[in-house]
Amino acid sequence: MSANTTKQTSRRDFIKISAQTAAFLAIGFENLANGKGVKVKNMAHEPHIGVEINPYVLINESGKVTLFNARPDMGQGTSQSIPMLIAEELEVRLDQVEIVTSDGSAKFGSQLSGGSSSVSTRYLPMRTVGAAVKEMLVQAAANQWHVPVSACYAKEGRVYQKNKSISLGYGELVASAAKLPVPTNPILKNPADFTQIGKSIPRPEIPSKVNGTAKFGMDVVIPGMLYASIAHAPSIHAKVKSYQGEKAIASQGVKFVLKTERKMPHASTEAVAVLADSYWSALKGKRLLDIEWESTAADDMNTEKYFNQLKEAGKSPGFEYKESLTGDVNKAFAGANQVIEASYQTPFLAHAPMEPENATVYVQDGKVEVWAPVQGPDSLVTELAAYLGIKKENVKINVTFLGGAFGRKAYYDYVLEAAHLSKQINAPVKVVWTREDDTQQGPFRPGMLSVMKGALDAQGKVLAFEHRLNGASILNQVFQVPIDNAPDPWAEEGINLPDSPYTFPNRRNSFSLVKTKIPILWWRSVYASTNLFGQESFIDELAHQAKKDPLAFRLDMLAGSPRFISVLKKLAELSNYQQLKAQGKAVGIAIARSFSSICALAIVVEKQGNGVVIKKVYSVIDCGVAINPRNIKAQVQSNITMGLTAAIKNEITVVQGQTQQSNFHDYAVLRQGEIPEIEVFVMTNNEAPGGVGEPGLPPVAPALCNAVFLATGKRVRTLPFDISNV
Amino acid sequence: MSKYSIKLNGKKHLVDVASDTPLLWVIRDEIGMTGTKFGCGMGLCGACTVLLNGKPIRSCSTPISSIKPEDKLISIEGLSTTSSHPVQLAWIKEQVPQCGYCQSGQILAVASLLDSNPNPTDQDIDTALAGNICRCGTYQDMRKAIHAAAKSMQSQSKTKSK
Repeated sequence: MSANTTKQTSRRDFIKISAQTAAFLAIGFENLANGKGVKVKNMAHEPHIGVEINPYVLINESGKVTLFNARPDMGQGTSQSIPMLIAEELEVRLDQVEIVTSDGSAKFGSQLSGGSSSVSTRYLPMRTVGAAVKEMLVQAAANQWHVPVSACYAKEGRVYQKNKSISLGYGELVASAAKLPVPTNPILKNPADFTQIGKSIPRPEIPSKVNGTAKFGMDVVIPGMLYASIAHAPSIHAKVKSYQGEKAIASQGVKFVLKTERKMPHASTEAVAVLADSYWSALKGKRLLDIEWESTAADDMNTEKYFNQLKEAGKSPGFEYKESLTGDVNKAFAGANQVIEASYQTPFLAHAPMEPENATVYVQDGKVEVWAPVQGPDSLVTELAAYLGIKKENVKINVTFLGGAFGRKAYYDYVLEAAHLSKQINAPVKVVWTREDDTQQGPFRPGMLSVMKGALDAQGKVLAFEHRLNGASILNQVFQVPIDNAPDPWAEEGINLPDSPYTFPNRRNSFSLVKTKIPILWWRSVYASTNLFGQESFIDELAHQAKKDPLAFRLDMLAGSPRFISVLKKLAELSNYQQLKAQGKAVGIAIARSFSSICALAIVVEKQGNGVVIKKVYSVIDCGVAINPRNIKAQVQSNITMGLTAAIKNEITVVQGQTQQSNFHDYAVLRQGEIPEIEVFVMTNNEAPGGVGEPGLPPVAPALCNAVFLATGKRVRTLPFDISNV
Repeated sequence: MSKYSIKLNGKKHLVDVASDTPLLWVIRDEIGMTGTKFGCGMGLCGACTVLLNGKPIRSCSTPISSIKPEDKLISIEGLSTTSSHPVQLAWIKEQVPQCGYCQSGQILAVASLLDSNPNPTDQDIDTALAGNICRCGTYQDMRKAIHAAAKSMQSQSKTKSK
């Protein structure tokens, strides 16, 4: 077995092994979360070995190596990429080890899969852990053979003596290695010597995903558990005025009908839960409920009204982002001979992971155990402990595979629901949301409005560039941070200076907060997904206004940023840009840096009827060191598909507090026959690794709409749009 | 509650459930095979796809009462005993799955397609898979894997016929 399937079993095995094996080695390091650098600590003498402090590597005397992955896998491949960083330096092959997902305990530090940060933040720390363990094993072998360390080397789980045919397995060495001091500064491999990093090694968990054995949260079964289906308020925030549960409780299999709550960071809402001995019975019971809802002030939630407020807010600049503020835009606009303005609107969106939200929770005797698909078990521990009023060390999270998440499963309302119910009935409860719950209840990507203003000089160069962000703040609503006298620091992503190094002599980004009670959250690539639509579309408008080629226009303004230039030049080569242009083809370009990686797209469209068809999508990504090139290509394809869906398919609208969409018939996502051919090129370099799970998405909508403009002369400024009728 | 006899993956199962229980929940909760997934509950996404006498159906919207005892049902667990069906092998070779949640349904739909159409065109693939959503967007890798599986099945059958 490679990638973890049933966490509970693995954990039990591990504890059994710990108990049976007198000597083994577990290595971890402190201060992961606060980034104080790497400090390796030998845990061999801890009374609860592997439990007390950061255990990432476990080797027992039989030679079995277990690697702990503290970044849940939602499809992006962290169950390979993170342990691979350890394995590379530890000199074991991934197919020799068992991979276990961390359980949320504090010893692992931050365990969030989010912000495309898994590999970029773990690259050096995880390699250091692997290198330190390897040095101890090699030292142990050298001691046993009475030879210098330089006469030994490690390979594939064994230490060899150079030029001799003798070797010792890690299992034979672990007892003596555990007694050695832990190297504080282990030597990392030269990237040229990597045998796994940078290779397209098959992902270890994939076989389990083609035969039905991969365990998702949906597949968890705990003895004695009841299934819960919850009637959520149709207008999200409504309260339960009264309910009749008699018919439901009389229904086959139904055990309890309970008034319950859904706790979100900014609000707690009421609901009614039906608990039964099978999910179908719970669902049927829920349909028999007769609930009278009492509307609340939040029932005026309305997306149309919200966007009108955004338009109003966008009439003047918001709070300025100081770091990117350049020159004096007001003066430049006043003196410019050409000023153009345009506004770009992006809708609220649901994440719609294929696996609806679900969680199995057992609260008993002041302790709680969770089996669920969650993006950050550590932050869930904190939330659950606070919610239930128990100590963090009494919370244990068994992270399953996530059947998609895209940000949604870092919001734990559904887990808290199961905890609330389990506490009431003193039994394990499995809450399973319906697709309708997932589509209608939020949280959603916030709708945003980019108000753009640009000035050109007589030579057609950009003299001044302004981007006014208008919309809701995730930091404010989800994290309750006041955004009163300053811009939202998170919301500038994708258009801040490091992400958008265009050399505008005068520049201003600003943010106007428009609050909403509609639950909001990060959605794959977050504000970069909305900001870049305005930014890269408007750059294109300016290029056309200046009668310049949009690619050359960008290259000219990115002259000081060699990695951006390389990506654009590679894109031009990959797509045969000049040739396509010479043939009169409509090819739209966009480039975006987000989550420390640069991704550029060229989308070719052809006019058909009143709309266009997408003929081909070319993409180039520079994500620094490429851990698994094939997986990076897969992630870029994934982002392109999700970005196209967001551009041409779906939106969430809310009227009187009620979401208007409910399932895949009215919240459509692209299907097999609707996907254009996609070609991805991954740049090779030795820059620090950047993100991969999200950076492919932000350039999609602007590249597409820039192509649509070339094909039809029409500028799309509101998403989604009907591609067959522009 | 009524008793039903169904044949899943070549094995007979007796279940005692309400007549409107969707086949999906019978397979998952009663028989305990969880490779078949719940995605939408309305037959819109295809995550719950199983084969009924060789043809893909959406088990989330197929009541148990519509299944006859002699019907042959195949779920992902029954496609092969050792993950060695050519479609499964192609899926591994092309590294198709990302989150993997929709893949049981995709693989069964493809197995059925190749059974009746050993050399499908891209258009055939689009039609056969129109009912199966993949939110991760593995569509292009699936298409590659389908063509590869078709090729390997054809060369296998040629070898057999020789």
